[in-house]
Amino acid sequence: MQMTSSVARPSAARIPWLSLGVWGALAILVLIAYARAPQATTAVLTSTIRQSTPIILGAMAGIMCERSGVINIGIEGMMLIAAFLGYLANVWTGNLLLATAGALLVGGAVGAFHALMSITLKVDQIIAGTVINILAVGFTGYFYQQGLTTRGKLAPIDIAPLSSIPIIGPVFFNNPPITYASLVLIVVIHVLLFRTAWGLRTRAVGEHPAAADTVGIAVNRVRYINVIIGGMLAGLAGGFLTLEAVGSFERNMTNGRGFVSLAVMIFGKWTPFGAWGGSLLFGFANAMQSQIQFLQNQLPPWLAWVSQTPPQFIGMLPYLLTIAVLAGFVGRARPPAAIGKVYEKE
Amino acid sequence: MTAAPAPEVVLEARGITKRFPGVIANEHVSLKLQRGEVLALLGENGAGKTTLMNILYGMYHQDAGEVLVRGQAVRISGPSDSISRGIGMVHQHFMLVPVFTVAENIILGAETGNGPFLDLSVARRQIRELSQRYNLDVDPDAYVKDLSVGQQQRVEIIKALYRKADILILDEPTAVLTPQETQELFAIIRSLTSQGASVIFITHKLKEVLAIADRIMVLRRGRVVGETTPQAASERSLAEMMVGRSVMLEVEKQEANPGATVLAIERLVVDDDRGQQVVNGLSLEVRAGEILGVAGVQGNGQTELVEAITGLRAARSGRVLINGHDLTNASPRRVSETGSAHVPEDRQEDGLVLTYSVADNLVLNRYYVAPFARGVVRDEHAIMQHAEELIDRYDVRTPSVLTPVSALSGGNKQKVIIARELSREVRLLIAAQPTRGIDVGSIEFIHQQIIAERDRGAAVLLVSAELDEIMALSDRIAVMYHGQIVATMPAAGASREELGLLMAGARPAAPAVSEAV
Amino acid sequence: MERAAPQPPSRVDLLAYGRAVLRAALIPAAAIVVALSIGAVIIAISGANPLVAYGALFEGGLGSGRALSRTLEKATPLIFGGLAVALAFKCGLFNIGAQGQLLLGAIFAGYIGFAIQGLPAVVHISLALLIGALMGALWAAIAGALKAFTGAHEVITTIMLNFVAFNLTDWLADGPWKDRSPGNIVARTPTIAPEARLPDIAGVPLGIILAVLAALAVWWLIWRTTIGFELRTVGQNASAARYAGISVRRMTLLALILSGFLAGIGGAVETLGVVGRFQPGFNAGLGFNAITIALLARTNPIAVIPASLLIGVMQAGASRMQFNSGAASEIIDVIQALILFFVAADSMIRWVLRVRAEEGERVTLSSGWGS
Repeated sequence: MQMTSSVARPSAARIPWLSLGVWGALAILVLIAYARAPQATTAVLTSTIRQSTPIILGAMAGIMCERSGVINIGIEGMMLIAAFLGYLANVWTGNLLLATAGALLVGGAVGAFHALMSITLKVDQIIAGTVINILAVGFTGYFYQQGLTTRGKLAPIDIAPLSSIPIIGPVFFNNPPITYASLVLIVVIHVLLFRTAWGLRTRAVGEHPAAADTVGIAVNRVRYINVIIGGMLAGLAGGFLTLEAVGSFERNMTNGRGFVSLAVMIFGKWTPFGAWGGSLLFGFANAMQSQIQFLQNQLPPWLAWVSQTPPQFIGMLPYLLTIAVLAGFVGRARPPAAIGKVYEKE
Repeated sequence: MTAAPAPEVVLEARGITKRFPGVIANEHVSLKLQRGEVLALLGENGAGKTTLMNILYGMYHQDAGEVLVRGQAVRISGPSDSISRGIGMVHQHFMLVPVFTVAENIILGAETGNGPFLDLSVARRQIRELSQRYNLDVDPDAYVKDLSVGQQQRVEIIKALYRKADILILDEPTAVLTPQETQELFAIIRSLTSQGASVIFITHKLKEVLAIADRIMVLRRGRVVGETTPQAASERSLAEMMVGRSVMLEVEKQEANPGATVLAIERLVVDDDRGQQVVNGLSLEVRAGEILGVAGVQGNGQTELVEAITGLRAARSGRVLINGHDLTNASPRRVSETGSAHVPEDRQEDGLVLTYSVADNLVLNRYYVAPFARGVVRDEHAIMQHAEELIDRYDVRTPSVLTPVSALSGGNKQKVIIARELSREVRLLIAAQPTRGIDVGSIEFIHQQIIAERDRGAAVLLVSAELDEIMALSDRIAVMYHGQIVATMPAAGASREELGLLMAGARPAAPAVSEAV
Repeated sequence: MERAAPQPPSRVDLLAYGRAVLRAALIPAAAIVVALSIGAVIIAISGANPLVAYGALFEGGLGSGRALSRTLEKATPLIFGGLAVALAFKCGLFNIGAQGQLLLGAIFAGYIGFAIQGLPAVVHISLALLIGALMGALWAAIAGALKAFTGAHEVITTIMLNFVAFNLTDWLADGPWKDRSPGNIVARTPTIAPEARLPDIAGVPLGIILAVLAALAVWWLIWRTTIGFELRTVGQNASAARYAGISVRRMTLLALILSGFLAGIGGAVETLGVVGRFQPGFNAGLGFNAITIALLARTNPIAVIPASLLIGVMQAGASRMQFNSGAASEIIDVIQALILFFVAADSMIRWVLRVRAEEGERVTLSSGWGS
């Protein structure tokens, strides 16, 4: 985690022993847990993946925006609006795929609005995000009607032979489509950012927009496109909530996930895989929280106090975890240098 | 150097005019650049040189006039336009992404690869070829943030050549170089022009113009005021053209009369923002009534040294003594209250609150003492009166004391800082780059103020990247290299060449330095 | 987001000052008009009559003595919340956590209100207000300390602390401090002692009087004291503040403590003056309203009062609007968001009105993000 040591040959990749150690230890813990309580362990892990889906999508939304130099604290609002309109699309058309595409597009449109405010109108980017968050609450609240019914939600797709592998099978290969998509997108966004010309330009614009401008890159265009892509990812996260996880809309159902995503983005040092690690952590906290009632009988005696903890305290966990993550990681990771600043020639 | 038989004009500007709100940056400026020549564009800060080049490079668009490339009138609507016409620019502040490698920086915007995927191998080969052909040694896989400024400048030149530029605009390219690095740059420029490239060399340094230019054009207040050649010009004549009146190239001052030691630094060790140790056990002393000039190429720890003395940055070890009191890692306020004045290097960022009025900026570090405050309550009347008095005494040109300081020119901004810092009893003055980027009139005024402070008995630590400034003002000169003082000498006997060598890291003949880290 | 009126007259003549105030009010006023117009279109799209809706909205907020007192009631916590956000803005900090700070202020004031009996009213009220304010301050101080010592951005930490505050107050009101009176099944605290209730002074609720006094106090602090100068300097340029010998950490902490203190009183006043006990879920959305108000007032503490009254009118009239026109009361959230948008994106309004941006202090929040 130390970024400071002087590196004579920076191209020589260092092996991340710490990460490997942590993940190795986790894998061993999982195996032990599986040996003692296979069903509960599988349930918790499956739930972890699904709970982490909106978080990793939101975090990647943040990564796309911030890598190009635009702060996006409106991810929460983007998720909420897309969740709502995706849900309405499902009510009207009854076609879940169409509704998912709708959520994606709505997210992109709200992303374009954020770009308009932050880039063209030069609104302070944090205020612009706040506008989106408040607008989302008001808009979805105003148009929300109770009692609408839908024809279900996106169902898990079993990937035949793979899903029968113990532990890994049910956890990774028996998921609904948006969860699969999020896993694929982690790789796609990683390649996009670090292996393509577009990614090089995006990062240049986020680090040193004047340098990009002087070699003929249209800084604001690159930013617009990335913020719109970010909006679409946030939209997909919203679609996950109404179309895949819950199947219906509830007021303020995002519950701070957009903000958690930002913490996860920082935790992951603005990289998709790092953010994935962070979102799994949150997914796990949420999974424990939701599985705890089912686990009560299986808890060993020394953990009995867990079942007596008031639910409000368990409900606080993800938020406290977010604060802890921010307090521990901010400052050790370096955000893109030009973040939050409008690019103006002169 | 270049005796082209029939001068071919590769770039021409005709009657360029460019206005910004409130100022005319260029007024009817015309120039011709011939194939294979070095055209020097000389002018003060704010004379409109950079604006003109930004128009030629397509960063701005002119309000009137036209640009011709190889005889054809063109409209350059952006950098990609100028790049495609063979114009390359090396900006004063390098346009390189520090966290990218050299190769990534060079191909940025002109990427090579398979479809959308990057492939750096072709670029690496081309970069090596260019390096060899023009003697520009850089490693394509090094990160730019790890390179010296001189190397970064080479990357910028390769970046232009990689895009097949044969017209190169170099904006103040020597500002951050040692005299030796400057000589190397001149060699590179000559090798470029001998292979058919043409160069516009922007500067305000008279010696360099005479050394490298084939022709010289002088800009003043946005207009062309003269054209000449090195053979026909002298430093004095160029200076007069540039400023519009006769200029004193030397600063007049009496013999120094040093007293007791005011500032003593003992084996100071300081890290930079990235945690790299950049001040390595440095020691120096400044006595009352003398000016100690710290010469050195930027980035040798001067910034961190000054910040550590003034309490803005924690020192890892060593001691800072002011008037005999240990002020190592004291707060900026405690340092200031010992009678230490600080003219900061980055005046926009540290020295001023741009949105505040001139009056508030003039009490920025004394707002809490009488007469400006009684208890916690501000006395607006006293603050205004103080401001009225200082703008008068220090000749700050401002519409009123309530004007936001952002509306002032660079020279007047610096005068606000000087007025604030020197208007109280000063026993130690720490001035970092006190005249960077301001007009000659203000420079002269500020130099006089610094010498007056010395004559009043203050100890002055002057840190400047301008060797001329160091040589003109200092009583003693300390050369800083890699976070240490490698030599200290009386200013009287110091020569440019000797200082230049020391700044570049050549060991002095005299006593060796403490252990390197 | 320049600061609104220039510093009020010390020597300048009043006429010029009046003109400056009007000029400063022009953009917010235009933003309100445009937002209401767009709101009308949305109401029409949803099938209601916008004229009827707005008529009812303003009648419900201004049309009668009862309506007016309801507006004042709604505006009181908004003024405190708006001041809390505006004060933090002055120091370059974005306190989205006014909501949580208000909840803590409200429940602790309620606790002092019901748990202690037999104190004289002056003492009981003062104590309850003070404890409420201090709890708000403490809650905000967590975010302040995190920012000052670890660099964690207050936008995320204050939001997270809001969620923690919801859960914490919910637990208190449903557990240790629950109203155990027979027949009560919901989460709420017992009613406060009669001595703890805020009285009316000459017919005006004490709460709104305190709110106005708080606005004046914040104005004085910001513009007339060295502490205000320090806060503003950190907000405008933190590195110049350091250079000037001001501790950025201390100011960050102080700004959030003061901000939370104000929000805490807001919650306490609501409990002691209006609700009479703490109930979870009360005043949801105040944190966001407070942001709208602070920006509509362009972070000027005095202008927070009219901005809060405007939002207060809309909140007071919302249910009548829903009843008369069928437009859901949530439309006022949409209108608020639109007001915020047009105030923030003032370049659009300026372009329409052909008004140049004036020089002056700006709110810059996006520096220091994540570092």
